Amino acid sequence: MSVTRRGFVVGASSATMLAGAAAHAQGKGKYDDGASDTEIKIGNTMPYSGPASAYGVIGKAIDAYFKMVNDKGGINGRKVKFISLDDAYSPPKIVEAARQLVEQEKVLCLFNTLGTPTNTAIHKYMNLKKVPHLFLATGASKWGKPKEFPWTMGWQPDYHTEGVIFAKHILANVKDAKIAVLMQNDDYGKDYYEGFREGLGKDVSKIVKHVTYEVTDPTVDSQIIQLKDSGANAFFNIATPKFAAQAIRKAADIGWKPAHYLNNVSASVAAVMKPAGYDNGQDIITAAYLKDPTDKQWDGADDMKAWREWMAKYNPGANMGDGFNVYGYAVAATLEKTLEQCGNELTRANLMKQAANLKKLVVPLLLPGITVNTSPTDFYPIQSMRLQRFKGETWELFGDVMSNESA
Amino acid sequence: MTTATPADTATTPAVPASPMAAAGADRRWVWIVVAAAAALPLLRSVVPDIISDYRLFLMSTMMIAAIAVLGLNLLTGFNGQISLGHGAFYAVGAYTAAILMDKLSLPYWTLLPIVAVVCFVVGFLFGLPALRLEGHYLALATFALALAVPQMLKYRWLEDLTGGVQGIVLLKPEAPFGLPLTEDQWLYYYCLIVTVLLFWAAWNLLRGRSGRAMMAIRDHSMAAGTMGIDTARYKTVTFGISAAYTGIAGALSASAIAFVAPDSFGFFLSISLLIGLVVGGVASLPGSIIGGIFTVLVQNSAQALSNFVKNDIGLPYDLSPYSVYGILLLVLMYVMPTGIAGGVVMAWRRLRR
Repeated sequence: MSVTRRGFVVGASSATMLAGAAAHAQGKGKYDDGASDTEIKIGNTMPYSGPASAYGVIGKAIDAYFKMVNDKGGINGRKVKFISLDDAYSPPKIVEAARQLVEQEKVLCLFNTLGTPTNTAIHKYMNLKKVPHLFLATGASKWGKPKEFPWTMGWQPDYHTEGVIFAKHILANVKDAKIAVLMQNDDYGKDYYEGFREGLGKDVSKIVKHVTYEVTDPTVDSQIIQLKDSGANAFFNIATPKFAAQAIRKAADIGWKPAHYLNNVSASVAAVMKPAGYDNGQDIITAAYLKDPTDKQWDGADDMKAWREWMAKYNPGANMGDGFNVYGYAVAATLEKTLEQCGNELTRANLMKQAANLKKLVVPLLLPGITVNTSPTDFYPIQSMRLQRFKGETWELFGDVMSNESA
Repeated sequence: MTTATPADTATTPAVPASPMAAAGADRRWVWIVVAAAAALPLLRSVVPDIISDYRLFLMSTMMIAAIAVLGLNLLTGFNGQISLGHGAFYAVGAYTAAILMDKLSLPYWTLLPIVAVVCFVVGFLFGLPALRLEGHYLALATFALALAVPQMLKYRWLEDLTGGVQGIVLLKPEAPFGLPLTEDQWLYYYCLIVTVLLFWAAWNLLRGRSGRAMMAIRDHSMAAGTMGIDTARYKTVTFGISAAYTGIAGALSASAIAFVAPDSFGFFLSISLLIGLVVGGVASLPGSIIGGIFTVLVQNSAQALSNFVKNDIGLPYDLSPYSVYGILLLVLMYVMPTGIAGGVVMAWRRLRR
């Protein structure tokens, strides 16, 4: 053997040094497409046009958030370049846009792409390309499957989790519950309903009546009458704003007063509670995870003050009462902290690894007690909500944080 | 578009001539274009930055749009029936293909004939009541169809087939016989073959007896009737053929996107096909290709342009992409009232004079 032990060690260590040098050749960090010493490129799509264009506010808020981050020196010294394209809430358009971002712009990741049908259209593609598909703006429960789709992760509490939380609360608080459910007949409604049934567990037979409506139906009056006739004393209202308001009003009109649980989708005071009539909506319970910018109890909170300053400086002209501006700020802050945690190793693999390693992360504007938690097997960042009850003309928080954290 | 205004009559002699003209010296140009289009993906290994997979994919979507615009052109341009609802046939084609692939696991290349037949039947049946509707009334009826189809796809009883709002996730077509092509290269060739075949078929149809009958009905329905043309039959069959073309485009797009959902076929799809038709050139085969390129390209670059105006030129106007799109359309219609194809022909004539 001519290779001495010492020679081997030297050779091996110089080889590692070479490998290390290669990795550091570009500078101080390790990078994939979309990241460098000076810049991190983040891709996004939003429906700036088309039927869902109200959500476009979120994209503008995220853009404004990263402008603030850049003015403060960026993330670990790197400026964020946020590229947001219009997908018009159309699956073919988002495929085109996602490919443009990944293949032409060469972004590090796609972030907070909005919509269930749209994200479904690029789900496979992103995982095939092994590009992080992070913190999606949709409440469907199918984004947290690390085994099949290790590059995709949701963000907000999914409808399924919320359904579980409501079920737990009914079981604990309504005596001899007989439950009626109104459900919009699509994937959103079914997600809620499945979670609700799972939360009831062996008490699933307490659902005495389950009726559905189509988005194309003019009203839900006949459904509410059917539900009342079932003799139920608890009501889970899985409806989008227009129908939720109709349901609240009709129930009051026909004198049905069950314990009323309203899904978070329709928790807006302006779009639901006001048109339904404040008197008709008293004591309705819903769940929330973000601070409502119109709720006076947060006026003194530091994060709300910071948000107001940011709105005035970076997002002027945007609606101070629009919860989507709160949403955009909070989700962008989550990505900022995840990227910070990546340090100088801005590879796609490490970004996914860090996104799956968020421990009790405090994100501004989440309700007190709600944190972001993930693990390699838990791809659901926010799984806690707090219940609130409608009193007078606003929601009042009550009780503890309700969770359905998975391991 | 349908009635013979003075402007139309002025261009009418050029219209039947354009398919004819292609028969003469211009045929050489068609071959050159097709050969160039066929050679393009092979350059991917030479200049990967210019001919990237993404750009090939974009060009495939342009060809798909061109087929859909051609379908609409056969009906509106050559036969004079206005449709605001061709997105509906596009959706029917896409869903037919998707369901056959998903439920019966049929290979993608067997689908186009089936899709063509299904869409022809749907279009033919829709054409029957449409016979009684002229001009604006027909436009409204097709408009209703475009609005109804996405809702029908979500319908409870169809949900097992269509997947409801969640749609159907499909596989992308892979190159056959172990050809060393990427998915996007193969998709490009697949679309190119279908596009060439369909345009060739349309050209054959239009230069013959049937084509002359279709155009005679467009120019003067009553006169065409007195000459012995069965206007009712021609109109319904044209509706069917037009629907079949657009349906095939839908089926191709289902393969290209590998996903269908009701949200893919919103009302704007029908409108953008109509815009492609008018901008490209009414009653013109090359115009349909230009229209297809336009619908894809301009919708993409409108956003880039609006960003450019805001960030790079620094004008204080926050133009939305759709305002840019609108301004562009207005300018085009003002400068080239007969569409880009017609505008180019006119400019060429003026230069030769």
